[in-house]
Amino acid sequence: MASAKGIFCESCKEKRASIKRPKTGQPLCQECFFAVFEEEVHQTITQNGLFNKGERVAIAASGGKDSTVLAYIMKLLNERHHYGLDLFLLSVDEGITGYRDDSLESVRRNRDQMGIPLQIVSYSQLYGWTMDAIVRQIGMKNNCTFCGVFRRQALDRGALLLKADKIVTGHNADDIAETVLMNVLRGDIARLQRCTHIITGSDGAIPRSKPFKYSYEKEIVMYAYFKKLDYFSTECVYSPNAYRGHARTYLKDLEAIRPSTIIDIIYSGDSLSVKAEIKLPVQGTCSRCGYISSQELCKACVLLEGLNRGLPRLGIGKANGSNLKEHIKKLQLKEERERESLRGEKEGELEEERVKEDQLVYGGCKEERGLKCSCGHKTDTLSLQTENISLEF
Amino acid sequence: MPLSVEIEFSGGAELLFNKIKKHKIELPDKMGVANTWTIRDLIGWIKENLLCERPELFVQGESVRPGILVMINNIDWDLVGGLDYVINNNDTILFISTLHGG
Repeated sequence: MASAKGIFCESCKEKRASIKRPKTGQPLCQECFFAVFEEEVHQTITQNGLFNKGERVAIAASGGKDSTVLAYIMKLLNERHHYGLDLFLLSVDEGITGYRDDSLESVRRNRDQMGIPLQIVSYSQLYGWTMDAIVRQIGMKNNCTFCGVFRRQALDRGALLLKADKIVTGHNADDIAETVLMNVLRGDIARLQRCTHIITGSDGAIPRSKPFKYSYEKEIVMYAYFKKLDYFSTECVYSPNAYRGHARTYLKDLEAIRPSTIIDIIYSGDSLSVKAEIKLPVQGTCSRCGYISSQELCKACVLLEGLNRGLPRLGIGKANGSNLKEHIKKLQLKEERERESLRGEKEGELEEERVKEDQLVYGGCKEERGLKCSCGHKTDTLSLQTENISLEF
Repeated sequence: MPLSVEIEFSGGAELLFNKIKKHKIELPDKMGVANTWTIRDLIGWIKENLLCERPELFVQGESVRPGILVMINNIDWDLVGGLDYVINNNDTILFISTLHGG
């Protein structure tokens, strides 16, 4: 039985242990814990070849614990092991008063304390809608769908602004194990197959990786605590995702009984293979904005279309709902008409090429998004903004 | 002799305690039984006396909800006996939630 004085560190055998590592059960002192935690992330990075020398890496930064520790560790390892990376913080402002505005303050403090430049992209810039406005339209139910879909694209677009070669996210082992469970529970085979991949998006979008794939949440929080890192912790003011919440509680209950559960679930996810006869959606690109999509239109464009037409529930639920099919038909017709008129113009084909290129890079001009592009078409603000990138230092 | 103890909440756990992070408390003498307070007893006491809302987000059974880390004088409670740790005068006990967004 351990006394109140505690036990000695199993590594240095000199200092008193401060943490029992969940992964191994080892008692470690603060210094030995830092060393082993940092070394494991370094091993994850090098063994999986996450970066190449000279690359620009955008760290997706929410101001929360995981991304704060990630930014700190990336900077530390980059200097210690001479990765030769240019690091940037990239934050998405969803436009959620009382939540994201506060957490962005915490990102700004990280920028100042760690000396890493920060780029913020906002939903209102990119889509013409803040989450606050979306929630006023759609209510508290389903708004996480909008937020999740929009955030994914927003990160890619922000990374393009930064001319980043890679994006890193703070997803930790607990998050990944939880996602494996969620995908099993939802029967989402396509996601189940790729959700444990340490690098995703090498198929067109900017590659994303998860240096904390094998790092336990407990260790990340302990690391932040002992290092006195400044992070923000509040729940989003809009409906916590109940289903995911159950999955998380279940996982935490299992972890309390057997801590290796987390890493074991990830191992299961890594080892699963999908039977050849199972049909998986084919990844293509959105016919409207050029973003990767397995449907004719990407989810973000469908959601935006609904919002802008005052039918915010359009993209919610199964993607093959009759509503959506009909709607896509309509959209296709409209797009065809637009293309026809383009062809009629002088230099029509050149223009089409240009628009296509534009779409690949920036999502292109969108009539629906309200603002005018320098070429005269209406657009979202992104292509405008590329002309004057403002980095915050 | 009542025990004087410092209780802290962080990582989002403070949201369940009126956003107050630090609490200096006195644990009263127990009547009739051995006059010791364990972490198990303390969690029950917190539930009755400090917790402001949604107790299910802090307490589960006789312990804290899994995902809440407990540090006793800066040491992981798993190293000093967990729920059975006997509290001393002037101990600092910290509850860190890991359940809030990252």
